[in-house]
Amino acid sequence: MLSYSVKRLLMLVPVLLGMTIIVFAIIHAIPGNPALTILGTKATPEAIHNLNQSLGLDQPLYVQYFTYLKNILSGHLGTSIQDNTSIASEIWPHLAATIELSFVAMVIAVVVGINAGIISAWKQNSVFDYAAMIIALIGVSMPIFWLGLLEQWAFSVKLNWLPSIGRTDIITTVQPITNLYLIDTLLEGQFAQFWMVVRHLILPAIALATIPTAIIARMTRSSMLEVLKSDYIRTAKAKGEHMFWIVYKYALKNAFIPILTVIGLQTGLLLGGAILTETIFGWPGIGLYVYNAIQYRDYPVIQSGILVISFIFVMVNFITDLLYGLFDPRIKYR
Amino acid sequence: MTRKSVTLILSVFMALAMILAGCSSGGSGSSSSSAGKTLIFGRGADTTSLDPAVVTDGESFRVTQNIFDTLVSYDYSKQSTSILPSLATSWKITNGGKVYTFNLQNGIKFQDGTPFNAQAVVYNFDRWMNGKASGKFAYFPSMFGGYKGDAGLVIQSVTAPNANTVVFTLKRPSAPFLKNLAMSPFAISSPAAIKKYGKNYGVTAAVGTGAYSFKSWKRNDTITLTKNKNYWKKGLPKISTLIFKVIPDNSSRLNALKNGEIDLMDGVNPSDVAGLKGNNQLQVYTRPPMNIAYLGFNVTMKPFNNVKVRQALNMAVDKSGIIKAFYNGQAQPAVNPMPPSLLGYDKSIKPYPYDLTQAKKLLAQAGFPNGFTTTLYTMSNPRDYIPEPMNVAQSIQSTFGKIGVKVKIVTVEWSSYIDKLTKGGAPMYIMGWTGDNGDPDNFLYTLLDKDAIGSNNFSFYSNNQLHNILIAAQSETSDAKRVALYDQAQVILHNDAPWVPLVYANPVLVGKSTITGYKPSPTGTEPFDAVNIK
Repeated sequence: MLSYSVKRLLMLVPVLLGMTIIVFAIIHAIPGNPALTILGTKATPEAIHNLNQSLGLDQPLYVQYFTYLKNILSGHLGTSIQDNTSIASEIWPHLAATIELSFVAMVIAVVVGINAGIISAWKQNSVFDYAAMIIALIGVSMPIFWLGLLEQWAFSVKLNWLPSIGRTDIITTVQPITNLYLIDTLLEGQFAQFWMVVRHLILPAIALATIPTAIIARMTRSSMLEVLKSDYIRTAKAKGEHMFWIVYKYALKNAFIPILTVIGLQTGLLLGGAILTETIFGWPGIGLYVYNAIQYRDYPVIQSGILVISFIFVMVNFITDLLYGLFDPRIKYR
Repeated sequence: MTRKSVTLILSVFMALAMILAGCSSGGSGSSSSSAGKTLIFGRGADTTSLDPAVVTDGESFRVTQNIFDTLVSYDYSKQSTSILPSLATSWKITNGGKVYTFNLQNGIKFQDGTPFNAQAVVYNFDRWMNGKASGKFAYFPSMFGGYKGDAGLVIQSVTAPNANTVVFTLKRPSAPFLKNLAMSPFAISSPAAIKKYGKNYGVTAAVGTGAYSFKSWKRNDTITLTKNKNYWKKGLPKISTLIFKVIPDNSSRLNALKNGEIDLMDGVNPSDVAGLKGNNQLQVYTRPPMNIAYLGFNVTMKPFNNVKVRQALNMAVDKSGIIKAFYNGQAQPAVNPMPPSLLGYDKSIKPYPYDLTQAKKLLAQAGFPNGFTTTLYTMSNPRDYIPEPMNVAQSIQSTFGKIGVKVKIVTVEWSSYIDKLTKGGAPMYIMGWTGDNGDPDNFLYTLLDKDAIGSNNFSFYSNNQLHNILIAAQSETSDAKRVALYDQAQVILHNDAPWVPLVYANPVLVGKSTITGYKPSPTGTEPFDAVNIK
């Protein structure tokens, strides 16, 4: 297991290196010039030329790439060319906002999705099964921005139960320690603020959880159906074991591997940028950070942002792989 | 898991749900506590820099406008671009319009406690004029003609004969000079702060003489300003804390306003405006237009090198239909390449009528009785002057189709779009302009003079007669004579028709009905010092 982990981690190096090349190539292939975008239509051609020069954008591409790679390897994520801020210090607050949101969304998705899938499989062809699968189908195909606006309209504007935007009330400042506000407010003993943060999380987390919930429910159902037909389940039934335990204890464990794969992939996707949700809910996350950078052709931010996102994505997959063994001891890591 | 624990978990969930439902979310906006009143402005994008000298985007100026003052100011209270004293209390123009002598306010301090004086003004201008190598100060060379050492730079020298007097000597008279000085990018920063923060000036700090001091900036989220207690306008500002909150989506920003989480916002979808009229919790503001949206032709490309084709197409755009459908009435049909609020707007010019029969006739005369096929480029994102570019493009496509001109629409994302137009890659394109300083030169010369080819003259329209008129108008100091020159220019442009002027748009803002004293300026940004909340 240890040597497997080391091997896997070493394999990350070429993956991430390949990632930097692809990202670099793509962002330089799309038209648009950062100096022109930063200075705007008001700038003189000379000013644009000078800015390009001072940003090093007049260098040949391979020189720019190696400069970038050298900086990354020596631990510098670079400086934003749009607003001159250090990317290393900006990226974590944005990433933390996304992690917090994705985590809550995934908890909702896993709890609701797995249970809906299990019950659908258990009571196959029942009214619940049909209803759950129709809802899941709608969930997969629902445009998030529409669902988000609908939530805001219903729960904020009409019912006035929940705030519609942001991580906190706009006038309240949470003192950042980890930048994960759920943890920060607890560490500071600010329970009123903790509750406020929870209330701000509910609507965006539900919007973000919709698609993963639906996918997890469908995967759980089909995986469970297969397992429930197997011999050992029939034996357990014959022994008079309570159905609840058969389903949740014996069947789920064997059905869980494909579900875990889906959960892993979905987690990676959410972290990689819940851009639509972040746009609708004014959530200052990593998706919005990179999206803005793309609009401004802020090359260093795009490169470093995507690099961090891909790193997290492969790490989540790696952890998922390790978890397989926990659920199925037959899986050996070599 | 026993049945008991299932019941327990369920009941915890139920309890949570009930607390949630019972707890109504009173909005966080416009609170008035012991700390004073707070106003939250919701907007679509974040600031780029807090140093106004290095940016060109309105979202940055919206904030810096409140931190800084300029030497002279637009008349914000009348929503006009006429010039009032500000940091300069009075001025004299001598030597045929070549020497400007400003008397400055006495005893004003920057927010960091250092004194504002003539040396500070000279320091700021030196910083901009010497900015050539960095290429940072984009607005300075475009408004004053270049950096130090460039032939185009209109400023010869800026000197401080004593602590309260600044003298600008110009190389030639410049009519828009005072209006340029009132622009947000030319606000005066504290020299001590610029030196202290170096590269971080504008990133972590900004120090001016304005009504509010900079407090904090959470990127892509909020910028917080607090009242400058030593502000030189007595009794102002009225609100203690000013917060700018980024909410990228127009509809969710409006939801946040309706829920009371923010107090004021811009970027309202035109289709949402009608629904707001009956709401007595909210009030709708209209920004006086200082912009234009237009359909441009690349006059170097066939068949748009033929003036008859351009005139014919000018008769084939249903402007009032476009305004009704895609601006919800919040716009006026455009006639000239500049909006009517500006000096020298020629009211005598009759717009081309919307007349498809006449257009078809003219097209036949030009040698295209059966029309032709062409491509119309447009931006994918909304702009202030054109909230729904794709729909406007389709409306043009449909009316052009009726006279036999088959149009293919291509949408391009903004950053790539400017690039494309600058290189002259679009035969027909939708574009617009928001004025900078309220001067006609900033529309006609900036957008259609031959000098502007390669920057904002995306039509590649070059006319020597027009050029001579516009250059003469730049150095003419008598308003009456300038009006006469601009009248001539507009007649030439009307007949030559390098564009179809589409509309002058009125951007719409919405705020809580408790807000008083808010007057949107035609320049796009305004100070909040006189704004209050009931």
